[in-house]
This record gives sequence, C-alpha cells and structure tokens, in this order.
Amino acid sequence: MTSNGTDLWPLLLAALGETLWMVTATLAAGGLGGLALGTLLYVTRPGNVLANRGVFSVLNVLVNIVRPIPFIIFITAILPLTHSVTGASFGTEAVIFPMAIITVFGTSRIVEQNLVALDPGVIEAARAVGASRIRIVGSIIIPEALGPLILGYTFLFVAIVDMSAMAGAVAGGGLGDFALQYGYQRFNHVVTWVTVAVIVIVVQGAQMVGNGLARRVLRR
Amino acid sequence: MTTTMVSLRDVTKVFPGKQGPVRAVDGLSLDIAKGEVFGVIGYSGAGKSTLVRLINALELPDSGDVVVDGRSLTRASERELRQARTGIGFIFQQFNLWRSRTVAGNVGYPLRVAGWPRRRREERVAELLDFVGLADKARQYPDQLSGGQKQRVGIARALATSPALLLADEATSALDPETTRDVLDLLRRINTELGVTIVVITHEMSVVSYLCDRVAVLEGGKVVELGDVYDVFSTPQRDVTRRFIGTALHDRPSPDVVARLRRRHPGRIVTVTVRDVEGQAPLTETFRTHGVDASVVYGGITEVNSRPLGSLTFELAGDADRIDAVLDDLSARSDIQEYDGDGRPLRRPVASPAGVGARQEGVR
Repeated sequence: MTSNGTDLWPLLLAALGETLWMVTATLAAGGLGGLALGTLLYVTRPGNVLANRGVFSVLNVLVNIVRPIPFIIFITAILPLTHSVTGASFGTEAVIFPMAIITVFGTSRIVEQNLVALDPGVIEAARAVGASRIRIVGSIIIPEALGPLILGYTFLFVAIVDMSAMAGAVAGGGLGDFALQYGYQRFNHVVTWVTVAVIVIVVQGAQMVGNGLARRVLRR
Repeated sequence: MTTTMVSLRDVTKVFPGKQGPVRAVDGLSLDIAKGEVFGVIGYSGAGKSTLVRLINALELPDSGDVVVDGRSLTRASERELRQARTGIGFIFQQFNLWRSRTVAGNVGYPLRVAGWPRRRREERVAELLDFVGLADKARQYPDQLSGGQKQRVGIARALATSPALLLADEATSALDPETTRDVLDLLRRINTELGVTIVVITHEMSVVSYLCDRVAVLEGGKVVELGDVYDVFSTPQRDVTRRFIGTALHDRPSPDVVARLRRRHPGRIVTVTVRDVEGQAPLTETFRTHGVDASVVYGGITEVNSRPLGSLTFELAGDADRIDAVLDDLSARSDIQEYDGDGRPLRRPVASPAGVGARQEGVR
C-alpha cells in the first residue's frame, strides 16, 4: 500500500496507535466522569436515595444542553479552554480534552438509564439493614448494575472511535485523519477501505471483550 | 424492662396520589408484645406495607409516634434510624437479594454494615446458613436458587445482626403452598428457639391461622378488628374479616350451591357454624337428642391456631316442631342460617354467642 512512492503501512500503524490512545484516554477520563455524573443524576432524582430536586434539575438541563452539540463544533467552541488546560490547540492531546468532556455528558445518560432500570427493592433491602446512602451507592447500586453498565461502556467505546475520526479537524491524527488525508483526498480508495477495515476490526474486538466481560458479570 | 416491642400511637401517613392525597395509614394505634407472632391481614391498598415500613422507619409518619423496643423513631436522626434498623430484620415478598453477591455475601452484608470484623462475620454467616438449611449454598448466586431457597437466604440475612424484631412483608406470597409451609415453619422456629418477635404482613388467612398468636385486620389504613387469632376468625365482626375467612375456608355454600342443594334435597337446609367451645355437646348428639335426622350436605372445617373452625350445612328431616326446637337449641351457641324453598337465606333471630363484643375494646 503506497502513495506517491511512500509506504503507508508504518503511517497506518502509527495512526492506529494514536486512535487507541485517544479512545483509551477518553474512555478512562470521560467514562469515570460520566459514571459520577450519571450516578449523581440517578441518586438525586425525586424519590431516590439522595433526592434533591434542585441539583437534579440543574444537572439534567446541563446534560441536555451539552449533549446535542455536534462534536465538530464543540471542538472549536472550547478551543480556548482546551488550550488553557492542556497547553495545546492542536494535536492528539488537544482532541482528547473535548472528547472527554462530551463523553462525560454522553456517558451520564447511559449510566443513568441503566441505574433507573434497577429494582428499587434491592436498594430498600440495603436501607432496611441500616446501610448509609453513600454506602448503598458504592456497594449496592453500582455492583447490581455492573453487567448493563459494561455493555453501555462498550457501546460508548464504539461511539468514541467514531468521534475520534473528526480529530483531523485539529490535526489530532488517528485512523480517521489518516483515511481522509491519504485515502479520500488523494482518491486512493484502497487506503480508505483498508483503514475502514482496521477500524471495523478494532470495534469488533472491543465489542467481543465487552460482551465477554458482561457475560461473566451477569453469569449467563 | 417493657413488655411491648412495637407501639404505634395515632400514626398517620399520607402519600400524594393522582386523585389527591391518600391516607395509607390513618390514625392507627397498635401495640405488639415482646415474643409474640403478630399478624396484620388486609387486602392490597389497606395500608399493610406502609404500616410495616413505619415500624422500621423506611417511612416516617406524618403524625403520631412509633416506638420500637422503647426507642422512639419519630424524632430520631438519620444516624439513629440506621442504628435502629440494624436491630430490626426485614424480609420481602420478592426476596430482594443482591444478584451481584453470593449467598454468603448477601447474608454477610448487614454484618459488614454493622462493622463486624471479617473472621467473626464468616463464622456468623456459616451459623446462619446452617440454621436456615443452606450451608451448602454459600458460594452460589441468588439466580441459581429456587424461590424457597431465596427466601431462606432473605431470612438468614434479616437475622444476621440478631434482631429482636423480625418484619415479614408478604414473605410467602411469591411461593408455592409446600414452600410456604417450610418458610412458615422456619419463622415459627425463629420465634420459639430465638425468641424473636415477628410481625407478619399478609393477605392470606392461612398464614395468619397457621403462625400467628394475635391478628389485626386492616382496612382503609385503620385497624378494624384486633385480638386473638381464633377469636377474630371464629366471631368476625366485619365484612372484610368474613371475606378472608370465606377465601380460606370455602365452607359456606354460595347462592348457586344452595340452589343446587335445594333441588337435590327436599328437607330443610341449615348451615351451622362449628367453633371450638368447651363443654359443648357434639352437633350430632344434639340432633339425636331432639330426634331429628341430620345429614351433612356441604361444609368445611379447618384449624385456626390449632383449634377447629368452619361450618357444616345439613339437610334436616323429621317433625317440624322438633326441627324448630333443635334450631333454637343450636342458635344459643352457634350461628345458624336456614334457606327457604328457593334457596334464599331465611331471616331468623340469631342469638349472639358469648364473648363477642368484648374484644372490640382493644380496637381504637
């Protein structure tokens, strides 16, 4: 696989590395933040263990405002913030920051939905033995919803891979950037499709790992 | 040292409903003694679940006072309430086990909350699983157990911290009859061997009559009958109580049954209540001494608190005056109901058995 006489394989490999780094870092930072935000949304919901209408309403509206912003616009919109936090305006790090932020909000809804589906009886059982609210969140709510949460995070991984393809907008690198630069813009369909194949393999692998983990946790 | 385990005084709990506020528990007062098995029976919506959740402070009353083992839960802080809950076991209709934890993990959780060190926790869990007969299931997960086994895990979990009071909210309603019997026997053992006071919430009379010493009949958030289980069920004062007896016993012929009996049996048809009253001649002997021929055509007798209760429907043949005399004799000690030529209930003055009414004083 060449373009104008250069071997593209090493470049593709480097792009794959960048994508994996972006996705992993985003998933770690955004996923944890989203777990916290989603759990907060769930527990502050009226009628739940830490019911607080004020906090819930503010968070709920905030999530609804941030989530629908198209990522490509979000990257540029928060560039000044990205620069002051990461010290970079372009490159891989500069794209991880906005991705992580968007992921926090996206994840929060996935987490909240999975927790809402929990049987309230298991929480009542924990209250009945005298467990504190904080303990219930950590020792009952999250473990009881772990299986669906893992599937939610697998879904999220795929969404982040998709999102990372837009990193090219700020010279972030990665597979998406590579496909656009060497495939699409140079009319080299082979490069485009090989890159797509690599992305498919990555996504497929992630899905298999996620399903396997969820099955172990759910013991099915 | 008080002899009262649970004391509710003028307790009211109101929930917001779609058609305005609902008074789930409405000015209810009740005392439950230490060491007894107390039944609370009522149809859904009578306020049973709210009542039991007021006792372990999962719900707090809007007015009135709840005192458990000498400690008021009404003005307690969240921390004190959590403390109080560790001394009250709770078992649920749907078991509410944690699927992410093993059987041992479920039973050990309350001990973890109570801050027990690991070694003591493991010993206690083994002891509890042994007590409920699940020693071999410690490492299994709830999904691998049958309904009866799940409930026994729920019971072991509720007993973990050696509570003096155990609340059972429809604990057998999700179980088949045989498993129900096993679980009821286990509850009885907990009461007799461990001396734990048990409050049983149910809509099944069979549970109350098998297990309980005293019963409160709940309707519209109020206690409408209260007393010794046999007294309440043998001389019911309220329709709701009679309905419970009817569903458990099926001893009284319904109008269409009476109509069929009427067609088959030309004689007079009379239903006589059977109660356990000392020093009373057997029914058959009473008929014989009056020279009346009686044959059983319908009925049923069951045990309530180990004493017989039910009714028998007879076809009576013989001289009309003699039949009237025997009915007069019987009505002095039982409720009797005669049916006319079309199978409709006949009105007839019925003497009230002694003791009825005295019980009502306990009801507030």
